Amino acid sequence: MQPEGEDRGRGGRRRFRLPRSASLRFSLGYGVLFALSSILFMSFIWWGTIGFLERQVETAINADARALSQRWAEGGLPTLALTIDDRLEQNLDDDAIYLMVGPTGNRLAGNLSEWPAQVVRTDQWYSLKVTRAGMRDTAEVRAFALPGGFRLLVGRDVRARAVLRRLLTDSLLWAWMMVTLLAISGAVLVHGMFRRMIKSIAQTSSAIARGDLSRRMPLVGNGDELDQVAEAINEMLDRIVRLMDGVRQVSNAIAHDLRTPITRARTQLEDAALHAGSAAELRLAIERAVGNLDNVTAVFEALLRIAQIEAGSRRSAFAPFDLVPLLTDIGDLYEAVAEEKQIRLALRLPSCLPFYGDKALMQQAVANLLDNAIKFSPAGGTVTLAAATGPALPGLTMLAPGASAVSIAVTDEGIGMDEADLARASERFFRAEAARHTPGAGLGLSLVQAIVQLHGGVLRLRAQQPGLSVRMILPVARQAQPQARAAAPIPIPPAPRAQHPAVVTETSQSPHERDR
Amino acid sequence: MHILVVEDDPTVRNFVAKGLREAGHLVEPVDNGKDGLFLAVSENFDLIILDRMLPGGIDGLRLLETIRAQNNSTPVLLLSALADVDDRVQGLKAGGDDYLTKPFAFSELLARVEALSRRGRSDNVPQTRLVVADLEVDLLSRTVRRGGQRIDLQPREFRLLEYLMRHAGQVVTRTMLLEGVWDYHFDPQTNVIDVHVSRLRQKVDKPFDTPLIHTIRNAGYMLRAE
Repeated sequence: MQPEGEDRGRGGRRRFRLPRSASLRFSLGYGVLFALSSILFMSFIWWGTIGFLERQVETAINADARALSQRWAEGGLPTLALTIDDRLEQNLDDDAIYLMVGPTGNRLAGNLSEWPAQVVRTDQWYSLKVTRAGMRDTAEVRAFALPGGFRLLVGRDVRARAVLRRLLTDSLLWAWMMVTLLAISGAVLVHGMFRRMIKSIAQTSSAIARGDLSRRMPLVGNGDELDQVAEAINEMLDRIVRLMDGVRQVSNAIAHDLRTPITRARTQLEDAALHAGSAAELRLAIERAVGNLDNVTAVFEALLRIAQIEAGSRRSAFAPFDLVPLLTDIGDLYEAVAEEKQIRLALRLPSCLPFYGDKALMQQAVANLLDNAIKFSPAGGTVTLAAATGPALPGLTMLAPGASAVSIAVTDEGIGMDEADLARASERFFRAEAARHTPGAGLGLSLVQAIVQLHGGVLRLRAQQPGLSVRMILPVARQAQPQARAAAPIPIPPAPRAQHPAVVTETSQSPHERDR
Repeated sequence: MHILVVEDDPTVRNFVAKGLREAGHLVEPVDNGKDGLFLAVSENFDLIILDRMLPGGIDGLRLLETIRAQNNSTPVLLLSALADVDDRVQGLKAGGDDYLTKPFAFSELLARVEALSRRGRSDNVPQTRLVVADLEVDLLSRTVRRGGQRIDLQPREFRLLEYLMRHAGQVVTRTMLLEGVWDYHFDPQTNVIDVHVSRLRQKVDKPFDTPLIHTIRNAGYMLRAE
């Protein structure tokens, strides 16, 4: 009890405190609403019934009084007294009360022995105890003044009404108690149901919050709102897990791919500082270290470039151009390399491939693909660079209806990839086991993927026998061309960089302000 | 050459100044934009090496725009850690003649410096013939002769040779060749340029006694008479 009292004390200071459980609040609200509405409802019945009875008595008395005053007007005192006697005789319920007194207070007619002392005024109802035939009863009476100082008292015995009222009050109270009991049990039931529904979600999410990301919301399977919520949460969890895995992989890979050249450079420099015998040896070690640091820079630049492209900020350089000369040029650049490795580079291009996009990025994407293909092709193999227009595939964004898609495919006859690796090939730093020992950081395909996504396309990898086919399917957004032509030659100023925001913004705003 | 180096980082500034002096240039190092602008407008330089982000209220781009507004056409090499394509475009549009991103190799910087200084002189007269030793390139008929003997070159090989001839006696880096001959602004992972240069060598140097195309270790290539 003690802690509860303390709790209430604290709650009292903050005026009012709702229970922390939503289901309890919900069911309490339900119970209170139910009880209050039943109180209201029953009070209405009570007041309605009792008020009706009261009004009925008053109407009867008023009608009586009117009739009696008419009698007085017709025949005066004797007629009225006769009428009262008649009425009393005919009154089967024995609830009528009449009394007529003279100016001195002497009884002239009626069934009351004397005028009640408290009845003074004629414009007011009196509820009083009357003694009638030796019995004390509650009566509702009203006084009327007659000409000549005569007074008339008309009333009704309301003993039956009091009984009825008690009976009604009792039964309504009982009914209300029952209703309240029902409300409480209903509230408990709702509370339980609510809690059961929420509990699984709460349990799962708290398990996840504690780090157990393998947990999932249980599904009832009937597709109701709760199932929809659970499904949405499960989907979100899947995505979080994928992202977390990605982050973990990237950080592992960064730890490896960047740490290795840094360690090498450091070792070479330290070794040279400690052991180099001649200037030539020292110089050689330093040169090697610089080479390793250049590798670090290259990986960093690739990562930054991917991040930048993925952020979509490179769309400013989009312009319409023909893909064929671009592809021919790259083919020309790589043909020599392929020939050196005794690989045949075959180009299968149409005469013209109008395209809308970033020329430099497309160059880089195709160059990356050719680079990979040649790297993984055995001597005597063929690498094919093919491009064609075709109907657009579903799933391409940035697409006007009826637009076509350009597909650029690079196919090699190299070691290829197995199914599991194919799915992960464009992940940052991912390198298939077979490719572990070839140079590179595993960023090439992620860069291509980022470029393809920027252009609203998809990247498809397919294992060949032997080799691998990488296909970029890019939408040709014809609608974007006219407005892009105007915008393309003017590069949008770069977004302020995080490291030097003040410098860049200052420059672009007022270049000569301080010079004058 | 009289070179102004505007660079706020002391390590980079001293490294550049020292290297350029060793290469025989007269160097004026400055560590902020205000001093840089003052020197650039008051003295005559053959070349300005300019960092983009500078302390002292005047950054590289503003300095560049200011001197260009005064009809000062000294070649400017921008040296910046801002490496995005958009940044490069912005730098070149502001009046820069070349753009080199940090981190950089000194050999690359030196090669570009020499290329810039040469360009300023030879741009005035349109050339139709390039000659180095016994190698002749006729730009109009697009023919190549060495020692009177005609050499057949593919169009791309011709452009590569033309670029080397135009920068004869200077180091030309792989990046410069990628930019100048192929117009590519990214670094291919494989040694594509080396392969193309060695193919050109097969045709231009192999059949003759003295090689003209030389490999400069850790830097690039140079075409020169022995």
